[in-house]
Amino acid sequence: MLELKNICFERDNKKILDNISLTIDTDKFVVITGPNGSGKSTLAKIIMGIERPDSGQILLEGQDITNLQINERAKLGVAFAFQQPIRFKGITVFDLLRLSSEKEINKATACEILSKVGLCAKEYVDREINSSLSGGELKRIEIASVAVRNSKFTIFDEPEAGIDLWSFQSLIKVFEDMRKIVKGTTLIISHQERILNIADEVILLKQGKVEKRGSKEELLGDVKEKPLCCKLGVN
Amino acid sequence: MNNVEIDLLKEITGIENGELKGAYNIRKDGQGVERQITENINIVTKKDVSGIDIYVKENTKFEIVHIPVIITQSGIKDVVYNDFYIGENAKVTIIAGCGIHNDHHKDSQHDGIHRFFLEKGAKVKYIEKHYGQGDGTGKRVLNPITEVYLKDGATLEMDSVQIKGVDSTERITKGVIEENASFVVTEKIMTHGTQFAKTVFEVELNGENASTKVTSRSVATEDSKQEFCSKVTGNKKCFGHVECDAIIKDSAKVIAIPEIVANNVEANLIHEAAIGKIAGEQLTKLMTLGLTEKEAEEAIINGFLK
Repeated sequence: MLELKNICFERDNKKILDNISLTIDTDKFVVITGPNGSGKSTLAKIIMGIERPDSGQILLEGQDITNLQINERAKLGVAFAFQQPIRFKGITVFDLLRLSSEKEINKATACEILSKVGLCAKEYVDREINSSLSGGELKRIEIASVAVRNSKFTIFDEPEAGIDLWSFQSLIKVFEDMRKIVKGTTLIISHQERILNIADEVILLKQGKVEKRGSKEELLGDVKEKPLCCKLGVN
Repeated sequence: MNNVEIDLLKEITGIENGELKGAYNIRKDGQGVERQITENINIVTKKDVSGIDIYVKENTKFEIVHIPVIITQSGIKDVVYNDFYIGENAKVTIIAGCGIHNDHHKDSQHDGIHRFFLEKGAKVKYIEKHYGQGDGTGKRVLNPITEVYLKDGATLEMDSVQIKGVDSTERITKGVIEENASFVVTEKIMTHGTQFAKTVFEVELNGENASTKVTSRSVATEDSKQEFCSKVTGNKKCFGHVECDAIIKDSAKVIAIPEIVANNVEANLIHEAAIGKIAGEQLTKLMTLGLTEKEAEEAIINGFLK
């Protein structure tokens, strides 16, 4: 279980996160959604330790991780898939999966993971993670690098961002199968209705506060009843 | 050979027990000490200057030539001229390199001048590794010069690595490339302390469809300094691509001076140069995988220089 207690984060005199408190239960598939600028990605980064809150507390299975470094949180079982996957000159897909995995893996295991995220393993396992890869390919490799960790708590920051509609159509299948790939609790930051559809619970953030949380039916129903301009809190 | 010499051989040849097979010539402290030739590869001592001529017969397939140099005497300055004559359609791998062990205060220096003459259709993979060790205050200096002459359809791939222990190096690589021939160079350099490394590439693409691809990756740390100068001249319909990437740390300095000269409207020449510190987002990504900042930095540098 992950608990956030009174998390505040302010930059340039703007409250990005305004006293957020919420609990995410173990083994749940939770989607955080909301309009641009509502603080979703900041919240995800604060859980991973990439950003530090101005005040508040983060507990992972009862342990206070608020002051732990990124790598210390990773060791405790928090994983993070970046919205914009990072490129590395010289580091191959296999190198990255080896660095990601807690235990030693061979190419066969790496290929298995790559196949699960929809990549032709033989074609990709020895490729460098550089600018020769497309946005969709990088996203899949990013997902594989997180999936191989078998973490307790996995965060995906807007997996749909930066890829075209056609690539997303095939990527969505990966997320629909996500429960088979990623173990433990999954937290996805997303605007995509098809990702909201597969959530156990949806949390709506608006102006740095939790506007609403509930089952997908409750939240999607609420969104669908409103005119398009008001969906997801856009006034 | 003693243990220090065997260690140096291992470092530059990559062979675990330092026992070489096939054709080889080992040079130690300015003199040839061991040599072996094969049916297809002959090695002859030069008469006018210090060095050897290596002759590879035409159509030789998949043979390896080792020409390691080791220097263990402090204060020695060794200059050697090695010429390689590669027959038509021969395919060989040539592994050269120099290891210096200097435990004393005098400078040790090795200047290797290597010239490659490739006949039509010949293919050479040339691997060169430079390495220095020892606790002395005497500098370990290496100044290699490589000249490459490629005839119709010949290919030379050159991998050059200098990762550790060389205090000063000035490396000059020149190529004259005829039609349909290709010269590919991959260079990896890491400097630390007050080391200095300078690389000069000069390639002339003289033949129709001649090509060159030069990739230089370097890491400069502490107070070290690096310079990368390249000049590619396209005189016919040809293709040239030079890519120079450097990671800079601490108080190091890196200078990249690119020059591309097109003397023909069909010459297609590209130069890319990038110098910068390790990107913070790369460190962050690896830290989300459980690596400490130091481990992440090492993984990024190891990958970059792999």
